Amino acid sequence: MRKTRCLVAAAVFVASMSGAAYAQTLVYCSEGSPEGFDPAPYTAGTTFDASSRPIYNRLVQFVPGTSEVGDGLGLAESYDVSEDGLHYTFHLRPGVHFHTTDYFTPTRDLNADDVIFSFERQRDPDNPWYTYTPGITWEYFNSMSMPDLIESVEKIDDLTVRFNLTRPEAPFLADLAMDFASIVSKEYADQLQAAGNMAQFNQRPVGTGPFVFLNYQQDATIRYRANQDYWGTAPQIQNLIFSITVDPAVRAQKLIADECDIMPYPNPADVAMLDADPDITVEQQEGLNVGFLAYNTMQAPFDDPRVRVALNMAINKQAILDAVFQGAGQIAVNPIPPTMWSYDADIPDFPYDPEAARQMLADAGVQNLRMNIWAMPVSRPYNPNARRMAELIQADFAAIGVTADIVTYEWGEYLERSSDPNRDGAVLLGWTGDNGDPDNFLAVLLGCDAVGNANRAQWCNADFDALIQQAKTISDQDERAELYRQAQVIFHEQAPWAPIAHSVVFMPMRNEVQGYVMNPLGLHEFDTVTIAN
Amino acid sequence: MLRFLFSRLALIVPTFFGITLVAFIFPRILRGDPVLLLAGERGVSPERYAQLQHQFGFDRPLLVQYLEYVWRLLHGDLGQSIATKNPVLHDFAALFPATLELSLFAILFAVILGIPAGILAAVRRGSIFDQLAMSTALAGYSMPIFWWGLLLVIVFSNTLHWTPIDSRIDVMFYFPTVTGFMTVDALLSGQPGAFGSALSHLILPTIVLGTIPLAVIARQTRSAMLEVLSEDYVRTARAKGLPPRRVIGLHALRNAMVPVVTTIGLQVGVLLTGAILTEYIFSWPGIGKWMLDSISERDYPVVQGGLVLIAGLVMLVNITVDVLYGLIDPRIRHA
Repeated sequence: MRKTRCLVAAAVFVASMSGAAYAQTLVYCSEGSPEGFDPAPYTAGTTFDASSRPIYNRLVQFVPGTSEVGDGLGLAESYDVSEDGLHYTFHLRPGVHFHTTDYFTPTRDLNADDVIFSFERQRDPDNPWYTYTPGITWEYFNSMSMPDLIESVEKIDDLTVRFNLTRPEAPFLADLAMDFASIVSKEYADQLQAAGNMAQFNQRPVGTGPFVFLNYQQDATIRYRANQDYWGTAPQIQNLIFSITVDPAVRAQKLIADECDIMPYPNPADVAMLDADPDITVEQQEGLNVGFLAYNTMQAPFDDPRVRVALNMAINKQAILDAVFQGAGQIAVNPIPPTMWSYDADIPDFPYDPEAARQMLADAGVQNLRMNIWAMPVSRPYNPNARRMAELIQADFAAIGVTADIVTYEWGEYLERSSDPNRDGAVLLGWTGDNGDPDNFLAVLLGCDAVGNANRAQWCNADFDALIQQAKTISDQDERAELYRQAQVIFHEQAPWAPIAHSVVFMPMRNEVQGYVMNPLGLHEFDTVTIAN
Repeated sequence: MLRFLFSRLALIVPTFFGITLVAFIFPRILRGDPVLLLAGERGVSPERYAQLQHQFGFDRPLLVQYLEYVWRLLHGDLGQSIATKNPVLHDFAALFPATLELSLFAILFAVILGIPAGILAAVRRGSIFDQLAMSTALAGYSMPIFWWGLLLVIVFSNTLHWTPIDSRIDVMFYFPTVTGFMTVDALLSGQPGAFGSALSHLILPTIVLGTIPLAVIARQTRSAMLEVLSEDYVRTARAKGLPPRRVIGLHALRNAMVPVVTTIGLQVGVLLTGAILTEYIFSWPGIGKWMLDSISERDYPVVQGGLVLIAGLVMLVNITVDVLYGLIDPRIRHA
């Protein structure tokens, strides 16, 4: 029976591929395979592109094309926050249907039970879904401090649910717009649990999102059809296909050959070629990221801010931008990108002045300095070629009499060693924002709690930390922005990093693809896309 | 024959344990912590780190981990991928048919072209054909797979547009997986054009993966045939007036086949190794990329499971080849 259903679904899909429908199929050459289709256990954007973005919704969602949480854009029509910031009450949208597929037919609409289940399974170790497949972990839920933050999630009525927090947390709404907070179907989970087939939850997903999952051929293709029952505006395209193509050069060739309609992450060197193709449009957007060189502020002589500032003044950032980013980026001054609210545009960058830098080092009593520069072994949007960047910085430092040795390790080892407070030298690394909140950069990368961990500068400044901790507890965005601006001033004075660059993200697509909205968080969504004939 | 078979099978047990030990130790020798890789740039607090180490069982003594791993392995449990959370066997079963299909086509390509080329080169020893075939074989044997694959893609896919760039079939074809062999499933689907599309996607990967085995088989066939053709019984057969086709096809070829079958058997290991690179070049969704990713992610269960499964397959093929010897040449099983 199941096989027959599968064949019928396949026949329907094939039939829909003919004529006009064929033209309404979007082929996205994705850069990798999803780890699974339940977004909550994972942290990779590639997985979210294939799971949470097409298949699921969240209580609150970002305004398309921005990293700001919009009102009424998600499964909650509205929400109230208590005066003390400890209680968030969400009023769910009525009449939201979960997907009907060949493996699940919902008997009810979305309700508060689904919301509670979506969080309890990540929060409560006694919930059978907490370990529904061996080795499962809830990394985003944990790393966003949700276990400590959420005291309880309670059902007020079928369409009202309340989150009770242990402390006020201003970024909480932005956190709920993240992929780990996608709302899943409790009815589907119950059905799978009763059938003793819980692992299917991660392989054959059911959500409320704009696309319905059809099929995944591992490491090859993922197929979806448009959700015609979607509570929002139903997608204009009828079919969505992810054609998994790991190599960026091959993705570019497939785009040129019209084997796919849109692709992410081109090689920087291929962008000009793609842009010159009359059939291809290359859209671009400033990425919500920062690439930096983090000194170990616990180790001499980098514990002296004068030394750090001197080294910052020796780095020719424009040369790095030209050579490493092929000009596709912006020089970084602050630890947060300019597109983020609270960015302080009044802070000037340290001038590139090798002579002054040499003098400053001498004034600080530093002579014949020899140090390590750590170069990441992997390419990231915030640093496409760390080795080249390290070589340029090495030459810049040599010009002021500092001898730098470049060291690199395998990626896992790099992450491990670079977190060590006893580590030597300065580390090249970076960050891409999760939710558009400044706290997601400043606290995660520079907070005292993150020393020995994501705070690669091992920098704990009491004044800076007090400001970002205070900003977390205030709900008024203007007040928060002011505190973050003050924090950026301290960062600039203390210079625990040399912020290097914010990269630009490119998205090449065939000219027929219209209405695509780039996501500053680096995710890829296709519900607004149309294909011109 | 049974005694011969048992003597071969007895060798499997120590080899199997040797493989499990290598598969267990190998990923642990490499530095890099799977828990930290899971956390990425964000890092992980010491408490959470300890919790995850415990959850994955990495905090126990290595000997305990190994014994538990072997125990589960003997019960058919290869563990769960740390990255995807899927059972290793599930992922292997989903991906292996693609590798197997490509390997079968490559070995078929190598055998169908390699054996006749070797025979012809031996029969016409010293001719232009012989020199050309053996020079080509030497070039094929020396060719780095990655370079060869990229060259073919640039010429036939990017420039001439004769062959598809990558993957197993045009994405517009969609049918349920029945056998996992795209060519067979395409035929079963009955969709016009699907089989042709699957075949066209196999052309370049087959050539790339089959080139080295082709060269080896052609050279081995030539050398074995030359040896057999100089034997007394072949001369006698010719003297008795048997037609050349019968002398070569019946008397010479069968005896020359023993070393050739050995060579073909040994090529299975070469094919699986070569498949890793070939799959990467052509975005072929087989076990090659899966294994490579697991090594870079320090996904211990996948590295261990993949190694054991692949080594087990190679062992199986070698045992089969040994048995085939016995069938082709009765002297071997009585030795």
